[in-house]
Amino acid sequence: MAKIKGAVVIDINRCKGCDLCVVACPVDVLELQPKEVNDRGYHYAYDKNPEACIGCASCATVCPDGCFTVYRIVCDKQ
Amino acid sequence: MKKEDIIKAGTVVYERPRLLTDNITHYCPGCSHGVVHRLIAEILDEMDLADRAVGVAPVGCAVFAYNYIDVDWVEAAHGRAPAVATAISRLNPDNVVFTYQGDGDLAAIGTAETIHAANRGENIVIVFINNAIYGMTGGQMAPTTLLGQKTATTPYGRTAALNGYPIKMSDILATLDGTCYVTRQAVHTPAAVRKAKSALKKAFANAAAKKGTSVVEIVSTCNSGWKLTPDQSNKWMAEHMFEKYPLGDLKNID
Repeated sequence: MAKIKGAVVIDINRCKGCDLCVVACPVDVLELQPKEVNDRGYHYAYDKNPEACIGCASCATVCPDGCFTVYRIVCDKQ
Repeated sequence: MKKEDIIKAGTVVYERPRLLTDNITHYCPGCSHGVVHRLIAEILDEMDLADRAVGVAPVGCAVFAYNYIDVDWVEAAHGRAPAVATAISRLNPDNVVFTYQGDGDLAAIGTAETIHAANRGENIVIVFINNAIYGMTGGQMAPTTLLGQKTATTPYGRTAALNGYPIKMSDILATLDGTCYVTRQAVHTPAAVRKAKSALKKAFANAAAKKGTSVVEIVSTCNSGWKLTPDQSNKWMAEHMFEKYPLGDLKNID
């Protein structure tokens, strides 16, 4: 059975840590960094659970700062 | 499959639109302005209008819109964006002209310009960001503020006796013969963002086809002014704002 897998790349220095992508993600991939901050002092978003990503681009759709690049691939389930 | 392999072998589903500049926006974290800017940049690129589009920036938080979307812009005096857009579109009929205005700009000081530009049926797109507050100046009451809503100038909540009622500008504009498309959208969920994008696309297509004035109202959040987190703001907007400002098309002449 074909399975869709995705990956997100986040421009962390553009991120303002607004949390909207974390709320929008349907498969709980994203989280805000609990301790680390970016150059501008925000707790940026990162993919804590990259294996679960389905490449739906919901995060990119709601991101006010255009931080996301989303990739998707259809692969055979192993 | 590892993340690096997916990036290498997969297809790009989404990337930052080409027309957004590299400048980091001055908007607060989670502000709806960022999403709408991104949608406009995507649409102008997709519709191949980048060379023909002229934006008119308002006074308000979006005053620096010209720093973020890489098309031609004019900065108008407070509320006068539709008047400036009228001049540009009449003198350069080949250009697709749009204004980008907040509720303080469009519904307060610029009411006359907005109504008369729409009544004349100018071939422009009016993007109206309605967050029910004056965001830039520190969260004062706007004409669109809801009854009972607390702001810096209505600390006990807006009352009809003292402050009047919230004005529904899109409903007023929909009654005018000059408008061809009036819609109210929001950008709080991925589904709503996609709907808002298709509404904006239709509005720009109308302007390119010289059908008349298109108005796209985006019910937005102002999390700093409302004193909530971005996520709480979205929920507050869905609970309270949509009752007064229901989403959907108010007028659509094909």
